[in-house]
Amino acid sequence: MSQDFDAIVIGGGHNSLTAVAYLAKAGMKVAVFEQRGLLGGAASTEELFPGFRFNTGLSDAGLLLPDVIDDLGLTAHGLDWLEAPALAFAPLGAEKSLTLWQDLGRTTEELGQHSKSDAQVFARYTQQNAAFGALLQEMAKLAPPSLQYKPLPLLLAWAKVAIRARRLGGRRMMEFMRVLPMGAARYLDEWFESVALKGLLGAVSVSGLLQGPRAAGTAFMLLYQQMGSTGGYMAMKTAQGGVGAVSAALASAAGSYGAEIHTGVRVAHILSENGKALGVELVDGSQVLAKVVLSGAEVRHTLVDLVGASKLAPSVMRRLRALKLRGSTASVHLALSGLPKFSTSDNDNERLTGDIVICPSLDYAEQAYDDAKYGRFSARPILIARIPSLLDSTLAPDGEHTLSITLRYAPYHLRGSDWGNEKERLGDLAVKVLSEHAPGLKKLIKQRKVITPLDYERDYGLTEGSMMHGQMSLDQLVMMRPVPGFVGYRTPIEGLYINGAGAHPGGGVTGAPGRNAARQVLKEI
Amino acid sequence: MPIGSPFHSRTDALCRTQEWREWSGYFAAISYQVSHEVEYYSVRNAAGLLDVSPLFKYEITGSDAGQLVDRIMTRNIGKCQVGQVVYSPWCDERGKVIDDGTIARLGETRFRVTAADPNLRWFQDCSSGLDAQVRDVSVEVAALALQGPNARNILKQIFTKIDLDRLPYYHAIEAKLGINRLEISRTGYTGDLGYELWIGADNAEALWDRVMEAGQGFGLQPLGLAALDMLRVEAGLLLIDVDYTSAQHARIPSQYSSPIEIGLGWAVDLAHRDFIGAEALRAEKQRGSLRKFVGLEVSWEALDELFDEVDLPPQVAGRASRMPVPLYAGGKQIGQATSMLFSPILKKYIALATVEAAHSQVGGRVEMEITVEYERKRAEARVAKLPFFDPKRKKALAHS
Amino acid sequence: MARAGKKVLVLEKRPVLGGATVSEEVYPGFRYSVFSYVVSLLRPEIIRDLQLPKHGLTILPLESTLTPLPDGDYLYRDSDKWATYRNIQRFSARDADAYGEYGRDMYFMAKAVKYILGIRPPDPTSLHPGELLRLAKLGKHFLGLGADKLHMLVKLMTMSSAEFLEEWFESDPLIATLSSSGIIGTFLGPRSPGSAYVLLHHYMGEIDGVFRAWGFAKGGTGGISEAIASSARAFGAEMRTDSGVAEVAIRNGQVKGVVLENGAEIDADIVVSSLDPKLTFLTLLNPEELPNELVDSVRGFDTYGSSGKVNLALDAAPDLACLPGLGPHLRGAISISPNVDYLERAYDQAKYGQFSEKPYIDVVLPSMIDPHMAPPGKHVMSCFVQYAPYQLNEGTWPEQREAFGDAVVNTLSEYIPNLKKIILHRQVLSPWDIEQTIGLSGGNIFQGELSLSQLFFLRPAPGYADYRTPIRGYYQCGSATHPGGGITGAPGRLAALEILKDGKL
Repeated sequence: MSQDFDAIVIGGGHNSLTAVAYLAKAGMKVAVFEQRGLLGGAASTEELFPGFRFNTGLSDAGLLLPDVIDDLGLTAHGLDWLEAPALAFAPLGAEKSLTLWQDLGRTTEELGQHSKSDAQVFARYTQQNAAFGALLQEMAKLAPPSLQYKPLPLLLAWAKVAIRARRLGGRRMMEFMRVLPMGAARYLDEWFESVALKGLLGAVSVSGLLQGPRAAGTAFMLLYQQMGSTGGYMAMKTAQGGVGAVSAALASAAGSYGAEIHTGVRVAHILSENGKALGVELVDGSQVLAKVVLSGAEVRHTLVDLVGASKLAPSVMRRLRALKLRGSTASVHLALSGLPKFSTSDNDNERLTGDIVICPSLDYAEQAYDDAKYGRFSARPILIARIPSLLDSTLAPDGEHTLSITLRYAPYHLRGSDWGNEKERLGDLAVKVLSEHAPGLKKLIKQRKVITPLDYERDYGLTEGSMMHGQMSLDQLVMMRPVPGFVGYRTPIEGLYINGAGAHPGGGVTGAPGRNAARQVLKEI
Repeated sequence: MPIGSPFHSRTDALCRTQEWREWSGYFAAISYQVSHEVEYYSVRNAAGLLDVSPLFKYEITGSDAGQLVDRIMTRNIGKCQVGQVVYSPWCDERGKVIDDGTIARLGETRFRVTAADPNLRWFQDCSSGLDAQVRDVSVEVAALALQGPNARNILKQIFTKIDLDRLPYYHAIEAKLGINRLEISRTGYTGDLGYELWIGADNAEALWDRVMEAGQGFGLQPLGLAALDMLRVEAGLLLIDVDYTSAQHARIPSQYSSPIEIGLGWAVDLAHRDFIGAEALRAEKQRGSLRKFVGLEVSWEALDELFDEVDLPPQVAGRASRMPVPLYAGGKQIGQATSMLFSPILKKYIALATVEAAHSQVGGRVEMEITVEYERKRAEARVAKLPFFDPKRKKALAHS
Repeated sequence: MARAGKKVLVLEKRPVLGGATVSEEVYPGFRYSVFSYVVSLLRPEIIRDLQLPKHGLTILPLESTLTPLPDGDYLYRDSDKWATYRNIQRFSARDADAYGEYGRDMYFMAKAVKYILGIRPPDPTSLHPGELLRLAKLGKHFLGLGADKLHMLVKLMTMSSAEFLEEWFESDPLIATLSSSGIIGTFLGPRSPGSAYVLLHHYMGEIDGVFRAWGFAKGGTGGISEAIASSARAFGAEMRTDSGVAEVAIRNGQVKGVVLENGAEIDADIVVSSLDPKLTFLTLLNPEELPNELVDSVRGFDTYGSSGKVNLALDAAPDLACLPGLGPHLRGAISISPNVDYLERAYDQAKYGQFSEKPYIDVVLPSMIDPHMAPPGKHVMSCFVQYAPYQLNEGTWPEQREAFGDAVVNTLSEYIPNLKKIILHRQVLSPWDIEQTIGLSGGNIFQGELSLSQLFFLRPAPGYADYRTPIRGYYQCGSATHPGGGITGAPGRLAALEILKDGKL
């Protein structure tokens, strides 16, 4: 059978583009098909309203692997970082606030106003987390080994990571193993006394999870979000032009290596015969054949909907059904006629250049989760807002601004209601909660767009609205990811690979699953 | 505590021995009379009536019902016509037998599958992506097996409107008892002419009464499990968890069996089919199976000699024995016999056994462990063709 | 240790031996298993080695679990496979099917982890050849399970019990009742990750080679302690009650003996503490004698209790609304766990420092199994209750205790209408009471949470999971050491083996 391509990649999210670029760079003939008119998937910057451009999914590219930037020469393809002095600003009401800065000294100074002891240990905390985060980043670059997949070079690579862990010292290594499965709340309680600081960091620990900060494994998320950073908050990097600029640079790199990039073309099916992938069928009925097919789409969707459930063994179906996607994040995007004033920011706009976090305590976060547990969105949600236009004037008309709010928890599965009914109520709630700290906000709003988990599923192809293609809880990590028994980015369909966030190491703008999957494909064909 | 099946009011009244066994949570008579041989001979010579309601029964419907059943079964169900019944094992993905049973195609998109163990979850899990619904009808469908040379004539007394003479082996036909529908399939577990009757549980007692009444002039006896066990060994029919372990119960690798290994290779249709386990079975076909399921005939002379040494006549099971015993060849253990019986009709000591493939040729010699007055001895046995007993009437049409 | 020929003295602060494993006649004629109430985890090798049956140990089976439901229905499971099948089938035919397979797979898991129960945890950071070998053996054991079982084990180690069970089942009362094994003794809800491990921990029990068999000791759980004490005495050990230890005496980094609360000094080369690590290290010793790391770890060791106990003396048998009258269901456990949300809501309250107004309750009636526990026709009822957080948001436990007892009785009365009329005596124990009475810091019944970060080589503290301490001759052997809580005897046995090993050197 003649093949049109060496490889076809489904979906044009940043991980797919990374995979495409790596494959094309290695000389493969590659095509990628993205159903939307725009590349980037959950790492997109979109002009939702004329003149106003928003990061509609993920809001930051801080986790992007340096290897990906270097290997693909992304800087040459237009990727440029902006300096944001602030990491996170937590307005606390009653004239109080807490800001974490890029500059550790500044953070420590500010923390001193909340707790002397916290200010004292914060440097040690960031140092430990940076060491642990660096270790996680090393692991993120390798395919997970498993009983069914243990080629010697891979085992050696993992042994190297183990040696690196060993070099932390026995005590630190033990601490690493102790901390990973902990609840963030407990981990933070061990370090700090400031309720505000713990709340602020606790908000990070539940990223993409339908779990509260007490849940075992949220300490891992806290560390994962810090991979490659030393600031003690999340790894933060602001791309000029928005997160979508990362995707654009990846696409440009891929294009320069000769990859074909199609947007607005939806893959209807993955063609397979006798358990082997042959190519894809597009919605217009045309078939495109290739030696291998990579899917940047979520794994359950890829197999059940695109390959077809009747082609999957019952044990595979059981595992796919057990996959916990748990989309629980919504976002609210506001086009503003001016910069909102926060009653506690001392009119210091520098504070607003990072995240604006509403999560005053760990209990606040836990209570927000309690609502979600019973199928309601949080009455008092965790908000992480950003005003990207503050640093990047290309995103909004002069003097005007964009504000994007990430809201947790907004569970995909609502009990006794549906997102059609709740969508705008959620938008109102987000604005109301943020207005408590920025009283003039409402008056500045020119336009508003709410994106619910259901919208993320329908419009962005994220099953159950899970931006991480599967909750990154302890039971869905490393060799358990994307589902137990799928090894080396492969699937039970021969020649079909998973290159999205559902695969190790997981979500965020890392490029890691795309890079790892591409390298795996190159090794195997 | 077991509970009564829909026929319990009748079987309880007849079970003079009060010897019951629990069968899937139901009371099942082991033997109605002190001598179970009467029941055994009734099937070989007249007719016996057995309550098989404790079988698990599943109804599979929906536009893809045929596809689902075909996906589950090792037999090619695509070839099964409406009104036909097939026997088939089904396997897990590794090609190991989960269970075996009959599949009746009651309509274009309606099947009834019988099983020894609960299989609802498995069948449902196999149905992903198909428009097929699996429903457990075990409780609502009562079933009777009417077995023996007179079975047809008894049924003809009751069901005068249908042509039972022309109902071929492994086919089913719909009938009516008064206003109530039932299905009659020409199937059974005795290796003899026989039928199974499938009826709504509410009408079970009426059916029992009618059959017993019609059977009066035909030597009909209620049939217990002790006699059934003898009949099925003679017929070479294997029993789950006695002759093989279900893949759902197996705990260690050696406990799993492929259909080929348990003598059901004939029921595995690999041509152009992609049923669950097919890939593994193709591979097994290529490399050959390690074990084979065989019949054994133990040399009567050898038995006689062994018991003669202690001045006793051969002590062989009056009922079928389910105590597995090791088999040897060349001084090495090469398998085990799992069901043993002194066949009253063949006057032979026979056994169903699993042996290493090299020892599975018909006519081949092995040794079977025999306990003589607490001492373990070995008696010669020969691999025999299965079934041991196979009367023409089992499959034949009437008057042919 | 006495069996190995050592001269051993046991010092117990209370007038009665057993710690949390005691039976006491708190109300005349009625014997309560005051704290722990059922047994399955007691290691069979201990029963054999110490000849406990000869010393009076009899474990009577506790074979059924009844889950009464608010609508008057119930779910009843016992050792009758097919009756249980039919009972579950009333809720879900699919679950009835899955139940058997679940039992089989959990059997495999219990078998897989049984190995760990019998070994001292290796130190994964050590490069000592002996430790590396232990680690390699452990790795080999787990990798030898095969992929499917290994994956299931990882899930059990990391997931929540409810979510783990939802992969198998769909009916709420079944999931809730099974998941309750995952919350017993921990400050976790059924949806909290980590609770599946506790579920497994409760599955590791083994009576007569049968996994997951719960039993009830004749004479109450105190019967177990009495049998062990009697065995020890027969081997030559001496027991002193009313002898609280005030401090462990050390000289030059070597243990010298103990000082009792009454000032008496007793010399010994070896001192073994079965107390929790806070008492073992911070109270009995001067923390300054210890490395800072250890002191930090022990201070951070999570010992907040979340369970309470209500013991009732009853004038007659309780009459359940769903199954009136006497019956086999009264000889098993009665679990107030109608659905997962019910348990989770109970947990929600506790998270913020309140006891659950509608708690999870695990009820057993020891007098139904062992008639000696109460006068004829009368009964003792043991109610294990969650959640009762050690740290209350408002008020103190002495102030809240009886309100908590009322919540338990009121909740039970919804299912047992005659309960209030037949109560002769009520004993309510909060975690605070547990701490006050038997000394468990925080009132945690496992001497410390069974969370992943406090298990195996991290229990009770990284680097000190080998039953030893930085003080030569001073050892630990309580539930805060591997393999953790429950009436297992395992930490005591493993510690004794290590001590005897050191003695040989």
